[in-house]
Amino acid sequence: MSKVTVATVWLDGCSGCHMSLIDMDERLIELAEKIDVVYSPLVDNKTYPDSVDVAIVEGAVSSTDDEAKIKKIRAHTKILVALGDCAVAANIPAMRNPIPVRDVMDRAYFETADVQPQIPDQVVPSLLPIVRPIHEVVDVDVFVQGCPPSADTIYYVITELLAGRKPDLRNRTRPGA
Amino acid sequence: MARRSRIKTLKIDGRDVGAHEDQTILQLARENNITIPTLCHIEGLSVPGACRLCLVEVKGWRKLVPACATYADEGMEVFTDSERLRSYRRMILELLFSEGNHVCAVCVSNGHCELQSLAQHLGMDHVRYPNLQPVRLVDMTHSRFTLDRNRCILCLRCVRVCDEIEGAHTWDVKGRGVDARVISDLDTPWGESPTCTTCGKCVNVCPVGALVEKGRAVGEMVKRQEFLPYLSSMREVKR
Repeated sequence: MSKVTVATVWLDGCSGCHMSLIDMDERLIELAEKIDVVYSPLVDNKTYPDSVDVAIVEGAVSSTDDEAKIKKIRAHTKILVALGDCAVAANIPAMRNPIPVRDVMDRAYFETADVQPQIPDQVVPSLLPIVRPIHEVVDVDVFVQGCPPSADTIYYVITELLAGRKPDLRNRTRPGA
Repeated sequence: MARRSRIKTLKIDGRDVGAHEDQTILQLARENNITIPTLCHIEGLSVPGACRLCLVEVKGWRKLVPACATYADEGMEVFTDSERLRSYRRMILELLFSEGNHVCAVCVSNGHCELQSLAQHLGMDHVRYPNLQPVRLVDMTHSRFTLDRNRCILCLRCVRVCDEIEGAHTWDVKGRGVDARVISDLDTPWGESPTCTTCGKCVNVCPVGALVEKGRAVGEMVKRQEFLPYLSSMREVKR
C-alpha cells in the first residue's frame, strides 16, 4: 500500500504550530512509515503537488499570496486541516483588522524606518484589507484550535485521520491552549 | 429556620425532582447535579436572563425558556440537553466571539475565562460568522484596574454587582445593539470616577478578560468570586 501524502503549509502565523508538529519527537519516525511529506517548509519541493491526501495549514490569510496559495491547495487536496488559532480564527494577525492597511504600512515602513522609507512593491505580496481565517476563503474539513495545539493534539489528529476517522477534539484542545 | 413553601414535583431530563415554589429551573438542576451552561448568571446577583445560554425545552411549550429566569412548576417536564439546544448554545457563543475582538492566545484571562471554557465544552471548534472587527476603546485610567472593551460580552455582571452589592452604581451601559458598551459614570474616564470605591468586585465577577487587574501577563488573571454569595446573603438578613 502506498503511503498517505501529507502537506504542511505556513501562511500568516509565527511557525509555532510547525514547532509543535516537530515536537512530536520520536513519534515522527513512527508516522514517517505511514505518511509521505510531499510539501512543507521543512522539505525542498517548491510546487504544490497535483493531488495531496491531507494538507495541514498553519496561519491566517493575510496577503494576496496567502489567498492564492490556499485556493490552489484546496483544489488539489482531499482533507484540509486548519491547524492552530490563526488558521481557525485569524487570531493575532487579525488584531490589525480594525486599523486601515495604509496606517499599518505607514507604521511599519515610514514611521519606524531609519533609512529609505518606502512601501515595498516587488517580491513582497501586498496585504489584504482584512486578515481572515481559512474557512472564510475555502472549505475546511478539520479545525484544530490552540496557540499552538500541543504535539499530543497534532499526533491525535494525524493518527485519527490515518485511521479514517474525524478527530473529536472537544476535550483535547481549546482556543488559546 | 424552616422554609414555608409548597413543594412542586416535576421532571428534569427524565428524573423526578422536587422543588420549592420559589426555585428556578437552574437552581433545581444544580441542586440535582444537572449541568446547564450559563454566562450572564452569577449566584448572588439579580437575573437578567440576557445571554440565553441556559435555554431549556419544556414539554408542551413551543418556546424555549431561560432556566435562570423560569420557576419550576408542578408537572413540568424539562429537557436541558438536546441537539437543538446544543446547536443554539454553540451559535450564541459564535455570535459573542464574532461581535468582539477575542484573542485568547494573548489574553490575561487565558485558561481562566468562562467564555473560553464554554467554547471548549460546548464544542465550538470554529466561528462560522465573519468577525465584525469593531473598534472598541480600552480604559486604563484607573490606578489598579483596566477595562478592555474588546473582550467584553455585555453580560453586565459588573453593572449589577456595583449597583446591587457595592451600592456605588459606577457602571452603566451606553448605546444600543452593536454600539452598546459599558461606561463608568457619565462616560467619563474610570480613573476620574467620583463614585468608584476601588473595591474590585466588578473585576472579580467579570467572566472574561474585560475587567482585569493591572500588571498581569497572559493567563495570570484569576478571578475570585467566593465573596459574592456571602455578601448577598448578608444583605438579605431580615432584622
